[in-house]
Amino acid sequence: MSALDRSAATPARVWLIWVALVVALAVPIAAAAASPLLAWRGPVYIAAGFAGIAALALQLVQPLLAGGHLPGLSAYRGRRLHRWVGALLVLAVVIHVAGLWITSPPDVVDALLFRSPTPFSNWGVIAMAAVFAVALLALLRRRLRIGPRLWRIVHMTLALVIVLGSIVHAVLIEGTMETMSKVALCALVFVATAKVVADLKGRAKRSASP
Amino acid sequence: MTDVRLDRRRLMAVGGCALASGMAGLVLPVRAAGLAPTPSMAGGSNNYRPGAPIVERIGGGGFWMTGTVRRAGDGAPLAGQRIQIWAHTTEGYESDQRSHGATLTDANGVFRLEMPQIVPAFGQPHGHLAYDGGPYRTVFLRPVMPSSKDKSLEAHFVLEPV
Repeated sequence: MSALDRSAATPARVWLIWVALVVALAVPIAAAAASPLLAWRGPVYIAAGFAGIAALALQLVQPLLAGGHLPGLSAYRGRRLHRWVGALLVLAVVIHVAGLWITSPPDVVDALLFRSPTPFSNWGVIAMAAVFAVALLALLRRRLRIGPRLWRIVHMTLALVIVLGSIVHAVLIEGTMETMSKVALCALVFVATAKVVADLKGRAKRSASP
Repeated sequence: MTDVRLDRRRLMAVGGCALASGMAGLVLPVRAAGLAPTPSMAGGSNNYRPGAPIVERIGGGGFWMTGTVRRAGDGAPLAGQRIQIWAHTTEGYESDQRSHGATLTDANGVFRLEMPQIVPAFGQPHGHLAYDGGPYRTVFLRPVMPSSKDKSLEAHFVLEPV
């Protein structure tokens, strides 16, 4: 975010944006916490489900941090936070898959081998692979000497795979998430990601042309 | 240019599919002379526990799993066949022993077993059924409920002699 943008963000606007973000994240989680299905699930299965919901919710925060759309954060702090939220996303995915594995091993094995009867499993596994790939590349970026141009292309491509894979995965599932709040969260994740990717592409094009 | 190549590829793909389905149409009537055996469904055997006991009903009941068992070829109903049933219900996980039970088909090859309400698990409200051996080949089914509010679910077996 440029200095100009920040000075334009009045305290009221800063508050409004943060409150809107908290509401966007909290409503789907609260709605899932009210799901009747929870009554017939044990703690491990419940934790696995909410880890998945958290992973989806974090995907709304990530593009906002990357694009500098959260007011009150310097570009430096925004990027640092983007890395920490990324690590949290990896952790959420690991808890999600591990919890499901403990709950029903054969279903998770089927999913990981792409032979599950449920099509949403494949989308989830693809998104999971992209999350791990992004994290690995972020850790090895310096060692592999990945330049900014290649980094941008690879990172944004994988981010799109994660977001699209997760959205299809979530929408096709009949689970603890309430339908309306689930679709709304997915739409926000998609719009935020598309906007930031389009902005970065535009910026890259402008800086490339003389 | 890219467009032309893409179009052509798509044309070939569509043409190939049309050809394949046309050929299948030619082949199918030959097999339709006999009733084809039911293939096992993907994931059908997940959380299967061999040797589930024959029960009056599974748990407290309230939900009905029904279906038929017939012989491949002539479609004759098969009486006295043991069908095992399990699901994630209001009373337990698929892997819990108390979620499993078996029943026998009647003289018309029909089976009916009362069980607790199936609830969505692993993304879909679904049940599992097994015919696991004897004179016919083993078949595992995994039917999905059209709506998770349904109070019954059907599954049909056409068995092939070993």
